[in-house]
Amino acid sequence: MFGWFLRGAASRIRTTTYPHQSDSSPGTTPGRPVATAFADGQEAQRAADMCPVRAIRAVDSTAEVDLSRCVHCLSCVRGTAAMKWKNDYNWAVSGCGGTTTTGRAFRKSLSIRLIDTGSCDAVIQEVKQLAKPYYNMHKLGFFITPTPRQADVLMVTGPVTSHMRLALKKTYDAMPDPKWVIAVGNCAISGCVFAPSFMSGGAVSNIIPVDVQVPGCPPPPLAILHGLLVLTGREQEIDEARATTGVEEKK
Amino acid sequence: MNQRTHPTDDNIMISMLKELGDIVSNILESESGRLLAAACRADTLSSAVAWLVDRRKYRFATLVVQALPSGDLLDYWFYKPDAGPWVKLSVRLSGQARTVPSISEHVHAVDWHERQAEDLFGMTFTGHPKLGDFVLHEEWREGVNPMRPEFDAVKPMVEKEVDPRWHPEKILRTPGAFLMPIGPVYSDCAESAQFFLETVGEDVVRMIPRFFFKYRGVEKLAEHRSILDVLLMVERFSGTSAVAHATAFCRAVETIGLVAVPPRGEALRLIGAELERIRHHFSLLSDICHSTGMVVPSADIDVMEEESLRLSAQWSGHRYLYGLVSPGGVARDFSTSELALLSNGITGLAHAARRLYERLQFTSSFLDRFEGVGVVPMLNARRLGLVGPIARASSFKTDLRIHAPYGFYRHCPLAVEALESEGDGYARIRVLFAEVFASADIIKRALANLPDGPVMLPEQAVPAGEALGYVEAPKGAAFHYVRIGENGGVERLQLTTPSFTNWHGFHLAAENFAFQDFPIMMASFGLSIAESDR
Repeated sequence: MFGWFLRGAASRIRTTTYPHQSDSSPGTTPGRPVATAFADGQEAQRAADMCPVRAIRAVDSTAEVDLSRCVHCLSCVRGTAAMKWKNDYNWAVSGCGGTTTTGRAFRKSLSIRLIDTGSCDAVIQEVKQLAKPYYNMHKLGFFITPTPRQADVLMVTGPVTSHMRLALKKTYDAMPDPKWVIAVGNCAISGCVFAPSFMSGGAVSNIIPVDVQVPGCPPPPLAILHGLLVLTGREQEIDEARATTGVEEKK
Repeated sequence: MNQRTHPTDDNIMISMLKELGDIVSNILESESGRLLAAACRADTLSSAVAWLVDRRKYRFATLVVQALPSGDLLDYWFYKPDAGPWVKLSVRLSGQARTVPSISEHVHAVDWHERQAEDLFGMTFTGHPKLGDFVLHEEWREGVNPMRPEFDAVKPMVEKEVDPRWHPEKILRTPGAFLMPIGPVYSDCAESAQFFLETVGEDVVRMIPRFFFKYRGVEKLAEHRSILDVLLMVERFSGTSAVAHATAFCRAVETIGLVAVPPRGEALRLIGAELERIRHHFSLLSDICHSTGMVVPSADIDVMEEESLRLSAQWSGHRYLYGLVSPGGVARDFSTSELALLSNGITGLAHAARRLYERLQFTSSFLDRFEGVGVVPMLNARRLGLVGPIARASSFKTDLRIHAPYGFYRHCPLAVEALESEGDGYARIRVLFAEVFASADIIKRALANLPDGPVMLPEQAVPAGEALGYVEAPKGAAFHYVRIGENGGVERLQLTTPSFTNWHGFHLAAENFAFQDFPIMMASFGLSIAESDR
């Protein structure tokens, strides 16, 4: 066992410098398509037609992106009318019909309960990464808690299948006030490729109020971390992400 | 679906005619010689299956039920490792008939397939010991079967009021016995499933799982959609094995279209699949170390897992390799520098994994929790038709990359199948590590022998037809049945996933072991619920 102690002590620190400095290590994020100006409207329409989930819309000669529908299939960057791509991750948006940020008391101490309502395994793996050495959200005061009774934040993944609807409501009701909800991944935000259907009602916000949305398929750990920081008022959301996620329209 | 190696199997068609002539009819061999289709009546199904499984040593692959205008059609697909064509036994029911004899008593692997067909299609399997409440839970109205053609896939389901007095049935009736329910929402970041553990105090006597909380109806949603739309869902229903499932689906579509993927495309698919396997196994091993509270080794593996995710993103643009595989090949080509980056990354990861494995093998507090715990005996693994690393840890040979090589595995074979004989938790860990090293090795060899040329065929219309695509996914054998209609859309999709197959055998490991070992058993089985629930 002593060998493990030495092994642990000898390992170098790998934790991300985010949020103190932005993290630009390669491979931390898949990036996102951003609004792209084309030569004419026809070409913008060609770019929009490349998208299998209609997340891109041609407005005059610009192709605009709805990030909450994008499934990261990357077909829009491989076509002839290629979209511009931005390798950032701070795209979480708040105020999606729920309350605002948590306020001072929870800034540096927040307990999170995850509930999986039909997501693919990948998004849960990305949430798990937050508690692992590379992202280590514990240093920011964020912790995963086993029970909803101790949770301040409910993180919801997946398109809310019919069989999980009751479990979601019960989990939400079991949480003490004040409480907040983060919808992680496009499945939770819009149902994505699995909705509308006989098993999924689409968005989590149809069932319980949502405070912060983290788009992505799956969102990288840094984006989820950004969502938590936006919720606690420690990071600003970027206006551009707000515009592309269509939060205003939904209100 | 490989070259025929055993001359005795060449005449399965002849021996089937000779020995089963009065039971089966319409025996047809496909042009490629890879598939033997035969029809039989419902009442003689069991004898035909018994002949195939007992006499000819065939294994069950999947059961595909289809509701066609002329009546229901049940296709039982079988394959034989290392030999012979695949066999499809069809039972056609006429009119409104929905009753078929159950064969699960003889071939246990069919058990859950029959339960699933009962819920989704309203079939009745006479002689099956337990039907009902499987895919569809108590919220679902009785008598409504979502896979029937008249059911609307898009209309939201009207839920039934659940009886608040509902509780699971207890089987154990000794004094002091109690039932411990776990889930669907339980501690840690876990997927949603429910387990009822019946116990008299220390040992788990019975373990009854309840799945399909995450049932999204992917197979129903796929109907009447375009191939590319369905590919998006197939890739995303189980994100941790996206490449494997996308490849299985695309292989089925390519078989229908009778097209051959360019060699470079096949090689890149292999590289993607093996990179995914390495990352997937790291994630399982991390869970295993977490379950025993080994902080330093789990942190070590977490680092490797994140590094393999970053490597995937740097190489393909996506951390989980979405959007890599597409019908006819892979979506993009890679430059020499990108391939070199991958090669270096893999070398580093394999080296780190090897060092960690050497350390773990000498950590007694770790090994004590796994040795002799959660044992799946070889006979039981065979009886339930388990697949993947779990079966291989019980020395049950199931690796389709070796026993039915496909794609680039034909040119770049896997050196050796990772087999262990004990069938306990430790054997499963050894298999996972051995597969990581084997995957790193095969990626290196594929990179060294990477053919030149295009990576993808030009887009072309797919004719109507049906096919079964298969791959060895990180968790084991995956079979995708696809039927394409006249208009080029998907008419029927059936996903038979390794998690679905293996959860059926999970009780073998969990029962008769101590209560506190349950999380360790879950981790060492390492199965996905998203993959099994679909």
